[in-house]
Amino acid sequence: MADVRVEKVTRSFGAHKALDEVSIVFPDGGFYALLGPSGSGKTTLLRMIAGFDYPDSGSIVIDGDSVERVPVDKRRIGMVFQNYALFPNMSVADNVAFGLSVRGEAKATIAVEVQRALDLVQLGKLGERRPHQLSGGQRQRVALARAIVTRPRVLLLDEPLSALDKALRVDMQVELKRIQREIGITTIFVTHDQEEALTMSDRIGILRDGRLVQEGSPEEIYDSPASEFAATFLGDANILPGTAEGNGLRLADGTLVAARSTVLPAQGRAASCAVRPERIAILPAAVAMLDGKENSLAGCVAKRIFAGSVSTYFVDCAGQTVKVLVQNAGQPRLGEGDDVVLRWSPESTVLFAS
Amino acid sequence: MATGGASRRGIGPALPLLAPAYLWLTVAIFLPLSAMAFFSFMTELPMSGKDWSFTLENYAAFFSGALYPTLLWASLRLGLEVTFWCLLIGFPAAYVLAKVLKGRVREAIFLLVILPFWSNGLVRIFSWAMVLREGGILDTALNAVLPFKVNIDLMYSYPAVIIGLVHSYVPYVVLTCYLTLQAIDDSLIEAARSLGASRLQTLRRLILPLAMPGLIAGGVLIFVPVVGSFMEPRILGGRTGTFYGTVIEDQFVAVFNWPLGAALSFILLAVVLVILAVAAPVLRRAQ
Repeated sequence: MADVRVEKVTRSFGAHKALDEVSIVFPDGGFYALLGPSGSGKTTLLRMIAGFDYPDSGSIVIDGDSVERVPVDKRRIGMVFQNYALFPNMSVADNVAFGLSVRGEAKATIAVEVQRALDLVQLGKLGERRPHQLSGGQRQRVALARAIVTRPRVLLLDEPLSALDKALRVDMQVELKRIQREIGITTIFVTHDQEEALTMSDRIGILRDGRLVQEGSPEEIYDSPASEFAATFLGDANILPGTAEGNGLRLADGTLVAARSTVLPAQGRAASCAVRPERIAILPAAVAMLDGKENSLAGCVAKRIFAGSVSTYFVDCAGQTVKVLVQNAGQPRLGEGDDVVLRWSPESTVLFAS
Repeated sequence: MATGGASRRGIGPALPLLAPAYLWLTVAIFLPLSAMAFFSFMTELPMSGKDWSFTLENYAAFFSGALYPTLLWASLRLGLEVTFWCLLIGFPAAYVLAKVLKGRVREAIFLLVILPFWSNGLVRIFSWAMVLREGGILDTALNAVLPFKVNIDLMYSYPAVIIGLVHSYVPYVVLTCYLTLQAIDDSLIEAARSLGASRLQTLRRLILPLAMPGLIAGGVLIFVPVVGSFMEPRILGGRTGTFYGTVIEDQFVAVFNWPLGAALSFILLAVVLVILAVAAPVLRRAQ
């Protein structure tokens, strides 16, 4: 096991800068998610760490060794591909054995290790099958077993769950996390699925246009997004525009919204704040009582979407639509057209310069 | 599901699609071939006006001396050698075309591969004659570059026949291998490399097995016609270019002994079929 350090890595394809001085430390034994929209450079970065591509400048260090000029087969990494990339001409066991066999391990050792890896992914009995006889979830497990059987220094996952259907995906998230904990391998996971990043990783790096825009634990990033992009890309957020004033923001309609005291934009400058939909309380206008400590906005329900355990309200107020997520816990339901008051704490309000 | 549908409706709906091809094959190949099979059992051609009768002599002629079996053996060896060189030369080219080159460059290089198909076969062979003979293009060019005198006269030799045949048939390997190689997902190769396999190990353990259908198809496509080839051996081989195919050609063109030529052809066909049948299990396992 080992940590991975990426320092000032830059990679251009023609005029396009796919990665622009990206520096990240992937801690030893950690599960790190690289999250970003397509074209953000997350896959390019993963392929550089794997050794399929080399950086134009910058360094990549695995376990203290500079590897940026080392070819992929000498890097001792394990990788799981988006389409699993199982070898169709080999049985499941031979797929898993491949990495050990090209290293010239003894046949007896290989058999033991392969069985152990297949047991770990709960496919102990399917060694003789061919890849095309397996389901998507099983192929995924074989790909994982094949990647870890060689005891690589780092495990790289390139959107490994995106080809699975939703129910299976959730199962595999749990499974993948269990296996990662069990063997304690440093794992780097590329995904564009924010929910996957939140539930599986212990650190997230958000990439945009080849740059690392924010990094931290899932809670940190979710609770304190550093930019409007981070706020909207990871989780859902209402963005309220206005001008910076005091400890908060003056909206266009004159309402003053108090925000958590963080780094404040210059007074009087255009700014915006983000509020998560589940942090906002929605109350009928008639019963709402004003409380000076809380932010509040009056509005009118434009639309309600019922989804079983939760309802989403779209409320027109302050010249825009605010999304509010409410647990359906037996409170009286509000209808479309009802006048309401929205209330949320300044602690739930994150301010950015725009 | 598709097979279930076909069996339920029978072959009827497919007939209009199949008929033109099979009608054509019947008229253009099966009928003439049947006529040839018929001739091969005759003493004289019925068109010659002479009396004719049925005989097995034409087939017996093959076994009457060492000449025909020796020539057939030489032709089979020629087929194997040409196939070997074609695979050796064609596969790497197909790999580069399928996996390395992209876009316009690939199209341009691909065009160069199939260009020989667009020129007349006879022209191709005679242009080789100009290259290979003493004082020809190769000889002159090498002597212009090298400080010492060399004498290159490959014309009318076994290597010349090989060179001409390899040149004619290498595009088949490039095409068949290109198709199978292109079907191999790049991520398979990347997966092998990420598991620690060197380029050579990846080639041997992953790419070659997956490309085997293309190699076999290309090999069969080359081997069969090369064994019966006569044009290249005759023009480039001269006196050394006597092979089974040239002898058959002689029977038809020079000696006008069609029955013997036909019999020799069918013996060749039988031998090739037997070879393919014997090789089939091995080839299937290779796939």
